[in-house]
Amino acid sequence: MSATPTREGATPVAACPISLELNGRTRQLEVYPWTTLLDLLREQLQLTGTKKGCDHGQCGACTVLLNGKRINSCLTLAIMHDGASLTTIEGLAEGDELHPMQAAFVEHDAFQCGYCTPGQICSAVGMIAEGRANGRDDIREQMSGNLCRCGAYPNILAAIEDAASETRERLSAVQQVKP
Amino acid sequence: MNSSTSPFGKPLARVDGPLKVTGQAHYAGEFHVPGLLYGSVVNSSIARGRIVSIDASAAEAVPGVVLVLTHQNRPPIASYDEPYEDDDAADGSPFRPLFNDRILYSGQPIALVVAENLELARHAGSLVRVEYAAEPHHTDLLSELETMHKAPAELPSPRGDVDGVLRGAMLRLDLEYSTPVEHHNPMEPHASTVHYLPDGKLEIYDKTQGVQNCMRYLEGVFGMEGQIRILSPFVGGAFGSGLRPQYQLPLAVMAALKLKRSVRVTLKRQQMFTFGYRPRTVQRIAIGAAPNGQLEAISHQAIGQTSRFEDFTEHEVEWSGMLYECPNVKLDYQLVALDVYTPLDMRAPGATIGVYALECAMDELAYAAAIDPVALRMRNFTAHNGNEDKPYSSKELRQCYEQGAERFGWSRRSMEPRSMRDGHQLIGWGMATGVWEAMQMPASAKACLEPDGRLVVSSATSDIGTGTYTVMTQIAADTMGLPMEQVEFRLGDSNLSQAPLEGGSFTVSSVGSAVQQACQALQQKILDAAQQSPVSPFTGVTLDGVVFDGGRMQLKDRPDTAVELTQIVAVSGVLEVEVKAEPGKQRENYASATHSAVFVEVRVDESLGTVKVSRVVSAVAAGRVVNPKTAANQIMGGVVWGVGQALQEETQIDHTLGRYMNHNLSEYHIPVNADIGEIDVIFVEEKDEIVNALGSKGVGEIGIVGVAAAVANAIYHATGKRIRDLPITLDKLL
Repeated sequence: MSATPTREGATPVAACPISLELNGRTRQLEVYPWTTLLDLLREQLQLTGTKKGCDHGQCGACTVLLNGKRINSCLTLAIMHDGASLTTIEGLAEGDELHPMQAAFVEHDAFQCGYCTPGQICSAVGMIAEGRANGRDDIREQMSGNLCRCGAYPNILAAIEDAASETRERLSAVQQVKP
Repeated sequence: MNSSTSPFGKPLARVDGPLKVTGQAHYAGEFHVPGLLYGSVVNSSIARGRIVSIDASAAEAVPGVVLVLTHQNRPPIASYDEPYEDDDAADGSPFRPLFNDRILYSGQPIALVVAENLELARHAGSLVRVEYAAEPHHTDLLSELETMHKAPAELPSPRGDVDGVLRGAMLRLDLEYSTPVEHHNPMEPHASTVHYLPDGKLEIYDKTQGVQNCMRYLEGVFGMEGQIRILSPFVGGAFGSGLRPQYQLPLAVMAALKLKRSVRVTLKRQQMFTFGYRPRTVQRIAIGAAPNGQLEAISHQAIGQTSRFEDFTEHEVEWSGMLYECPNVKLDYQLVALDVYTPLDMRAPGATIGVYALECAMDELAYAAAIDPVALRMRNFTAHNGNEDKPYSSKELRQCYEQGAERFGWSRRSMEPRSMRDGHQLIGWGMATGVWEAMQMPASAKACLEPDGRLVVSSATSDIGTGTYTVMTQIAADTMGLPMEQVEFRLGDSNLSQAPLEGGSFTVSSVGSAVQQACQALQQKILDAAQQSPVSPFTGVTLDGVVFDGGRMQLKDRPDTAVELTQIVAVSGVLEVEVKAEPGKQRENYASATHSAVFVEVRVDESLGTVKVSRVVSAVAAGRVVNPKTAANQIMGGVVWGVGQALQEETQIDHTLGRYMNHNLSEYHIPVNADIGEIDVIFVEEKDEIVNALGSKGVGEIGIVGVAAAVANAIYHATGKRIRDLPITLDKLL
């Protein structure tokens, strides 16, 4: 991050320090004011599990969990999230043990190409944290911000139904641990 | 391997599943290379004309911008057509990116801005000023129909006397159908990461359905034979968009060669609308039939759009001459050249359009003859392909009708339109037949027995989400009698054994056959190696006298006489064999195709005209299914695509500007989760010893074919309205 690119004559723009708790680890980062959270993850940190499908908040492939809530990381600037806690697809599993939602996606074949999958999984976990996922139609509706061009929707639905209760238990256990 | 432990035919989870759900599967635009530069493409804003000047000074003045590449300063590229003619090229003169000042279509790439990071490249791209000399353009198929010319397609000759029989037919229909431009829109945008190696060679991660296709293309265009390697371990969907090298690839290479540095170019979603697409078409289909619905004559004409530089053709009308018994058939295919890019194969190319028209017309015939739509198709069933005058190697289509209808509850349907409702919702039940060719291409594979007894099999094919990694592992494990964990399949590397493009539903048939044959050849090598020992119990035994099971080779009639493969390879060293598999001679006397029967329930809001596809049953005959889990997923995905085709997908163009208007994912509608109801997939049993030794026909395309027709037919049943123009949006129903 040595260059401070501006047009000639303009005041140079400096990268700004922020702190992120990223997948359970505190990271001190330097970000430019124009860098989206998604580009920070993918290009600066090489955490490419979070995908860019449209860069306009239209496809959901970039969904991450910000302070436990699902957001489109392409629609927010990294600099706005100093001090935030961020979970990406890389931070869901515990070591080699898949998160129940990840395991259910494999078991139900809830993807084909896999490109929308990290966003689908983060979105599903976020949806359950919201207290949603009350029945099949609710899941379908609440997951409709995550496009899957391969059309694996029925299997995505089945995977989420299957993993919902275990994900709920895990979420409430985490909340009990927190002061 | 004995059938109880063989992985063949088992619904196994994908071998690459854990990588995909943890974010560890890396796609073309995700490989980190030291010193990487980022390119952002600038596209033309006019549809036809010439570039008068490009002013890149403002872009170049941005600190961090290292190059603005245009036709004026690009490195040398081939000028003749031949090097640009890739494995899926259409007839004509392929598009040559940044070749000269000529603008052939709106959205054409005209410059590449290269910078130290992504944001800079994009920002600087917006500062490039282009002056054009615009010329009048034409992009509207309907207003240019008089300019149509015969498509360079080898259509079957007309049979019988179509015009005469049509004139005298007791039942006669003459119908016109139209379909719009659609774009593939895989979730992963096209991307290329060009790694410039110290010796000037290029190692390129590309989003493609053919690593060797892209390699040959670049070798020819840049005169770099033997200096290019293409890697593509994961592809974030393609559906045909990766069958030809797309422009981000040569542009990234030009920049890398010019700067002697590594460069990545990833297209924006909007730019995913600036190359191939499913062409807009108008079709006319005339049917003559006896009062009982027996087909007597079919005339099917399709008119599709193409570019001014290539004649894109696909199999649009052939289906009407091969699906049913019909003695008089006439097929015609015309093209209209417009100031647009060349269309491109898109999931079940041609069939998606042609079978839509045929199967809607069959439904109209069913109503004209007052006969149940399934009964009508049963009546016209044939086991003979009339186009080729050959019997089908197998065609369990009647089982598709029967099992699909049974599962759907078709017998409870009332024939009369608008006769079923649930409150304010009109309910419609419709069905259609699907068909796709079961092709096989030459393909090679290498099988290698490692010292630890692991089997590594490889071929330069792709896995675009279809499950290639998994099913090839299953085929190899089955053939070699090994557990899945002992087998690894490698793909997506142009250095591997020759493979055809990953498309057309022929990967299992082609590459799967090569994998099976390579493993069989390896078995011979293993036996030969075992026989090297003078005291070998296998002396004098031939391959059909041994069985491979559980990592051991044993005598067929004395299973306790066995040797571990690890023991053999410990003595012999690594055993490796490469095999090229060709389509079998036995295929020549037969036609081969996959078939399906699709049953659809729609719910149409009587006041609002909104349509919901609440239920689909797709019964498929595709030979032996290697993996019912991944195969069913393919069919479901195809059904979702069919629902999109029927109700949502349309790339709209402003003909005044010659430019797409809805080039993003909020205005180009594809189905979301809430749009999709229950989808039930049935694989009917179909034995086929002709198509290939696996007996497998492939399932990538068949899932979509017929779906749009079944939806349209269900909408007619619900509402009494025949909408013959896709997509069937609510404005057309009100």
